Amino acid sequence: MKYVLLICDDESRSPSNEELAADPVHQAWLADLQRRDVRLYGLRLRPVETATSVRVRDGETLVSDGPFAETKDFVGGLVVIDCADLDEAIAIAAGHPYARWGGVEIRPVWE
Amino acid sequence: MTASVDDVRAAVDAAYRDEWGQVVATLIGLIRDWDLAEDCAQEAFASALETWPRDGIPKRPGAWLTTTARNRATDRLRRDAAGREKLRQLAVLAEPVPEPDEIADERLRLIFTCCHPALPFEARVALTLRTLAGLSTVEIAKAFLTAEPTMAQRLVRAKRKIAEAGIPYRVPPAELLPERLAAVLAVLYLIFNQGYDEHDGDRALTAEAIHLARVLVQLMPAEPEPRGLLALMLFNEARRASRTDDGVLVTLEQQDRSAWDQAMIAEGVAVLDQALAIRRTGPYQVQAAIAACHATAADSASTDWPQIAALYAQLARLAPSPVVELNRAVAVAMSDGIAAGLALVDELAESGRLDGYHLLPATRADLLRRDGRVAEAKVAYEQALRLAPTDAERRYLSSRLHSL
Repeated sequence: MKYVLLICDDESRSPSNEELAADPVHQAWLADLQRRDVRLYGLRLRPVETATSVRVRDGETLVSDGPFAETKDFVGGLVVIDCADLDEAIAIAAGHPYARWGGVEIRPVWE
Repeated sequence: MTASVDDVRAAVDAAYRDEWGQVVATLIGLIRDWDLAEDCAQEAFASALETWPRDGIPKRPGAWLTTTARNRATDRLRRDAAGREKLRQLAVLAEPVPEPDEIADERLRLIFTCCHPALPFEARVALTLRTLAGLSTVEIAKAFLTAEPTMAQRLVRAKRKIAEAGIPYRVPPAELLPERLAAVLAVLYLIFNQGYDEHDGDRALTAEAIHLARVLVQLMPAEPEPRGLLALMLFNEARRASRTDDGVLVTLEQQDRSAWDQAMIAEGVAVLDQALAIRRTGPYQVQAAIAACHATAADSASTDWPQIAALYAQLARLAPSPVVELNRAVAVAMSDGIAAGLALVDELAESGRLDGYHLLPATRADLLRRDGRVAEAKVAYEQALRLAPTDAERRYLSSRLHSL
């Protein structure tokens, strides 16, 4: 089954890409993905201060600064995996470094 | 070999009680479609009522029902194109009806799937009651004090999530077992308490919870906590007849001990001994040990309070909660003196962790009463009365207040 992992946190800590790559937890996580052969795609988003939201209401385009949703945690990246079932997706999500301070939301892909 | 209508009715009722979960579990295992499995199981039981009077009651009703339900499912799947495709993928046709041992395994899978942590807690309980115990949506809604459509929605959503989010139909691997088993045990205990806390009690629910705990014990003999939970339920159930008197709660101290079910208590002691022999203590075993102290005391005066206080201290370490602390305070009051117990209660009250919980002032009131501090006890009983959630408890508290 295909799942998207939404990697979320409140952005109170924001490791650089280099720091993240050097994090042993991140390295272990990547190794786990490779071993399982489940990763299809992944990307990291820039912080939410760079976000712009667009809405169209009554034919008028409204552009505003900031994220669409007002929540404590923001999506900071996403990973697409193709694995056996939800339990494997949970095991993978639990290994992601952000699971330690933020959280990982698992969403099945509509296929 | 015909059978009388009464015999058939009794046999079908017994089969429903004992085999419903097995039939449904086996079908879900074969066709992976919860609704179809339940429908076909339902039809198989209906068909038993029609054919058993003519053909006789089969030697293995469970196997008969499973075969009939499977044939129904196969027919239904054959009828539409998507179903035919599904039939090709599944082993429904080829597979013989599993032997009882394998069925037991199916039921375990079903319990763990119903109690998957990715499902909301209430949905886990509802789904377990529906698929394993065969309770109707109306019955489950009643137990939860919700409207039937709300409960139906909840069940539909839970089944949909199992299918669409890919919750696997299996017993989790060893490393996940402790965490998942805890959820399963919590669901079973909640089902039990749902039936136990009710004003007059719902025997069907407590019986079902005990039955499911037995299944779990049988399926996971090396795990001590299912036995702990089973023993705990047996001790509580054994005291049922003496728990209320005309709708008024009767405290343990004042219960008529001759009304306790001694056979059930003896079984609880044996089951708890088996659990403790595994030597991995958990919260259910400790709670069962506390219940055993009460259940086996000849009278209220000879209750082993120091032992109970020690067990509550252990429980507070294993499963910390302010309610456990409150119970420990009572046990300490009974073993070390009221002043020691009251000090613990006051400490709890100051922490604010039990604000709004009626048993905190009720416990204080009781200790003050025992200590002869009548005026203070009255104030505490009044406080407790304002917070008490059920009629039985309000009646008990006001009778206590007026006896002062």
